[in-house]
Amino acid sequence: MIKVRAERLNFYYGATRALQDISVAVQPNVVTAFIGPSGCGKSTFLRTLNRMNDIVPGTRVEGRVLIDDADIYAPGVDVVALRRRVGMVFQKSNPFPKSIFENVAYGLRINNMAGSRSELAGRVEESLRQAALWGEVKDRLHESALAISGGQQQRLCIARALAVRPEILLMDEPASALDPIATQRIEELIYDLKQAYTIVIVTHNMQQAARVSDYTAFFWLGRLVEYDRTDKIFTNPAEQLTEDYVTGRFG
Amino acid sequence: MRRLPDRAFQAVALAVLCLALAALAALILDVWRDGASRLSWDFLTGFPSRRAESAGIWHALTGSVFVILVTAALAVPIGVGAAIYLEEYGTRSLLARLIEINITNLAAVPSIIYGLLGLGLFVRALGMGRSVLAGASTLALLVLPVIILTTREALRAVPRSIREGSYALGATKWQTIWHQVLPVALPGILTGTILALSRAIGETAPLITIGALTFVAFVPDGLWSPFTVLPIQIFNWVSRPQPAFQVNAAAAILVLLALLLTMNAAAVWLRDRYQKKLV
Ligand SMILES: Nc1ncnc2c1ncn2[C@@H]1O[C@H](COP(=O)(O)OP(=O)(O)OP(=O)(O)O)[C@@H](O)[C@H]1O
Ligand SMILES: [Mg+2]
Repeated sequence: MIKVRAERLNFYYGATRALQDISVAVQPNVVTAFIGPSGCGKSTFLRTLNRMNDIVPGTRVEGRVLIDDADIYAPGVDVVALRRRVGMVFQKSNPFPKSIFENVAYGLRINNMAGSRSELAGRVEESLRQAALWGEVKDRLHESALAISGGQQQRLCIARALAVRPEILLMDEPASALDPIATQRIEELIYDLKQAYTIVIVTHNMQQAARVSDYTAFFWLGRLVEYDRTDKIFTNPAEQLTEDYVTGRFG
Repeated sequence: MRRLPDRAFQAVALAVLCLALAALAALILDVWRDGASRLSWDFLTGFPSRRAESAGIWHALTGSVFVILVTAALAVPIGVGAAIYLEEYGTRSLLARLIEINITNLAAVPSIIYGLLGLGLFVRALGMGRSVLAGASTLALLVLPVIILTTREALRAVPRSIREGSYALGATKWQTIWHQVLPVALPGILTGTILALSRAIGETAPLITIGALTFVAFVPDGLWSPFTVLPIQIFNWVSRPQPAFQVNAAAAILVLLALLLTMNAAAVWLRDRYQKKLV
């Protein structure tokens, strides 16, 4: 069974091709890691999976992306409903310029999941706990989200994405600004979440990829070089390029 | 050596700024010398009179405030709505670009042209007569381009990451605009709008053109009421030969200036307040 399948996906920023012939099949209830050097197209590929690139002017997609066997780029697809199912944590954390509470509550409100006041507050607390942020912000829920630290903002964005309970969670370097303790909490969260979610995570941290993921995809210059079980990628990759990268002998 | 042109530029900029401020100060001081003695509660709440000493500006002051409120009620929803459409929904088509260029040009059209348009359209064709509604409609046309331009500017300044964050949660375009984009753009929109309205409150030509220069000795009591505004009252007094009326004009100018400064201060205050709330 396959949750997300890309078929010969090409992506263009204007005239430059950022992704070349990507074909990959992501399984449900596993964690898939995307690794590769900076600029190789990890974020671009991740953002084609919830059609976030639609709003970047001058971009173009070729090929297909199937989620639950339905092409998300087919004409007539409800992009709003798609993004509701495919949540995203961005590479640069982007909290709304509102209170911490409102940041998490927003997704619930617009999706009619808010319920009563206490239900809403409960969901917000649960999401903040999952993202390992509750203890640090529980006394200042109604203060501005821009007034907390960068790492806290990153976890707030994770909480925000979790609150609406997507089926698929795309995380673009969710732990890049976190200390080891918070990082560990997020990794534990990812481990817990995979029972119910399909998770794709972009990371530059090889140990993290090895720790949290079941499958790993190695990208290089807009191509998918190798995609396999994580233990295989890290111990016995098929490609020399992959081996050089994961062992740090790159360049 | 690199620092020298920098310093020179700073000095020139400062000199120019001082010159502008000095001119403004001289102007205000001059008017103040002429008119300050006439400022009193009676002057503010009095009605026009043939005797300069007992004439007041209550009718014109209320007229100005009423007209500007109606102008805002007409121009703000239309202007902000048009800007949202053009910025968020409009395509990059040739037509959209043509409209864009036209709006920029409209902002530079002399205000008397709007007066002629108002006379033809509102006063005559639509039969509004020389009413508050006709005046406010004319002024609304006048400030509309500025409101549209500043609103678009403010919308464009909202970072894409905020829109993406909203879309990623399954928000529709309208939800994103309403809940995330507009609140962030609001300080900019408010500032632009108040500055545009404060320009309108000082306008004389278009209102004279549509015929607001009739002798009005009462407070406007509705949208269809005839009216006069402060600049027209000032214009009226200045054109009289008796020196006592010149003093009245100077005093009325002071009141108009105070009104303008209050509006501009409100713009600054609102912007600061919202920015504080956001950060
Ligand atoms: N908005 C854009 N417009 C034009 N080109 C872009 C845009 N975003 C990314 N690119 C280009 O597309 C390529 C892939 O970028 P992408 O952000 O996907 O890389 P990445 O693998 O996520 O890198 P990093 O690890 O640094 O985040 C790069 O060459 C980049 O310069
Ligand atoms: Mg990236």
